[in-house]
Amino acid sequence: MSFMGVNWLKYSSPQAFYPLAGSLIPWCAAAAILLIGVGLYIGFFIAPTDFQQGEAYRIIFVHVPAAWMSMFLYVVMAAWAGLGLGLNARLSFMMAQAIAPTGAMFTFLALLTGAMWGKPTWGAWWVWDARLTSELILLFQYAGVMLLRTSIDDLRRADRASAVLALVGVVNVPIIYFSVRWWNTLHQGASVSMTAAPKMAATMLTAMLLMTVGFWMYSLAVTLARMRCVMVERESLLSWGKQASMQEVAEAR
Amino acid sequence: MSRPSMWETLRGIVRRDLLLAMRRRSDAAMSVFFLVIVASLFPLGVGPEPAVLRMIAPGVLWVAALLACLLSLGRVFTADYLDGVLEQMLLISQPLAVLVVGKVFAHWLISGLPVVLLSPLLGLQFGLGGESLGVLVLSLLLGTPTLSMIGAIGAALVLGVRGSGLLIALLVLPLYVPVLIFGAGAVTSSLAGIGGEANLSLLGACLALSLFFAPWATAAALRIALE
Amino acid sequence: MQWGSLEEFLAMGGYGLYVWTSFGTTALCMGWEVLALWRRRAAAVAEHRDVS
Repeated sequence: MSFMGVNWLKYSSPQAFYPLAGSLIPWCAAAAILLIGVGLYIGFFIAPTDFQQGEAYRIIFVHVPAAWMSMFLYVVMAAWAGLGLGLNARLSFMMAQAIAPTGAMFTFLALLTGAMWGKPTWGAWWVWDARLTSELILLFQYAGVMLLRTSIDDLRRADRASAVLALVGVVNVPIIYFSVRWWNTLHQGASVSMTAAPKMAATMLTAMLLMTVGFWMYSLAVTLARMRCVMVERESLLSWGKQASMQEVAEAR
Repeated sequence: MSRPSMWETLRGIVRRDLLLAMRRRSDAAMSVFFLVIVASLFPLGVGPEPAVLRMIAPGVLWVAALLACLLSLGRVFTADYLDGVLEQMLLISQPLAVLVVGKVFAHWLISGLPVVLLSPLLGLQFGLGGESLGVLVLSLLLGTPTLSMIGAIGAALVLGVRGSGLLIALLVLPLYVPVLIFGAGAVTSSLAGIGGEANLSLLGACLALSLFFAPWATAAALRIALE
Repeated sequence: MQWGSLEEFLAMGGYGLYVWTSFGTTALCMGWEVLALWRRRAAAVAEHRDVS
């Protein structure tokens, strides 16, 4: 399996992945700082005031990227989990484990900033809108995956069980989205129209996209860093029983 | 000795689980009692206003039924897991998913069906009548097997894990949301006079989907728990 | 540039509380995550040395 003259399969071994992740983290972090910085500058100083929502609309520069990342990261986590189950690859499970906390954090931020945006715009902190409800359930699912992992002591079983749960959840979220949307049409009174969003100026869109890519780079950096922590932790767990493996880790570093 | 067919295996498992349940009838009675008590608490908390009770009835009855199903989930695999029978069951010649379907069906007969049969009585308590009572029973008849199917995934995942009672609720409840929405929605729309057919057919779709996917996911989870 | 002064910028047209709470919490969460990872890594590496 080679692409562009690089043997990519090589990086599926922990020994090779560990230094690779280490060298990628600074680049991702730098890109994240740069992109978020430029995005914030455009968002606060160049993007015009929205004529309907006033300055409150600027919350979307953090809200929308967080919401996108929360869903994207869940799908990526489930994909790694599925890959781990299919190929029996330890590294894939570690990747899924490393993604979960960051995804949960973005889900929480999306909910919080959504409430902050909703209060001045709709006059309510929370409405039972399809997007908000799916986001809330998504947070529960992240919590479920992480809790299941921590409550199983056997590492191999914890990896696999939480992978199955992550995959089941991936089916659930779209069903919830459509069921709540449909449910809302039934309870017309309570629903608030969000689809009638005002047309966005190009600078607003630019700022939002820059922030999104910045958040993505941030997620990459943080996930890779957590992955390295997980690898070291698992290695020392193993070596309680087996002293000799330390040599390998020292080489890997 | 000829190999038993898939159908015979299924029937054998259902019969065995039903026999075991008949020896411990209090287990089956518990989820029904739970449902009755929870449903009776709401009027005491909300007040006896008939119009209000009728309005909250679909949601309250459905949430109560959902919690009753949730409480009994621990029993699907635990007993067989503890005495080692489950490990033997993995060795049968049929696909593990068939075994899962048998066990879940037996579990539904023991703890889901009584809930369905009792629901008209509770509906009367809340002032539901006529057509909406029928829709309530039908929605539970379609919905509770789905709840058992989805719940079995969670039950298999937390098998033998410490604190599994609370954990299973956290894992399974988010997955129950669509069923709750459609089930309660069917009763609500029949109360509003627009008929519950659309919601009921969506519940049917959920049942079909869970029948198709959940046994495989449960089988995978069982293998993970027992390896 | 639509901001005349720093006060105007901080007030955000009367929505300052909402806007700055959103951005502040996001920054706090991200900063906390990075810090937590830093410490986790230090702990993991220290543990690793102890074991070996």
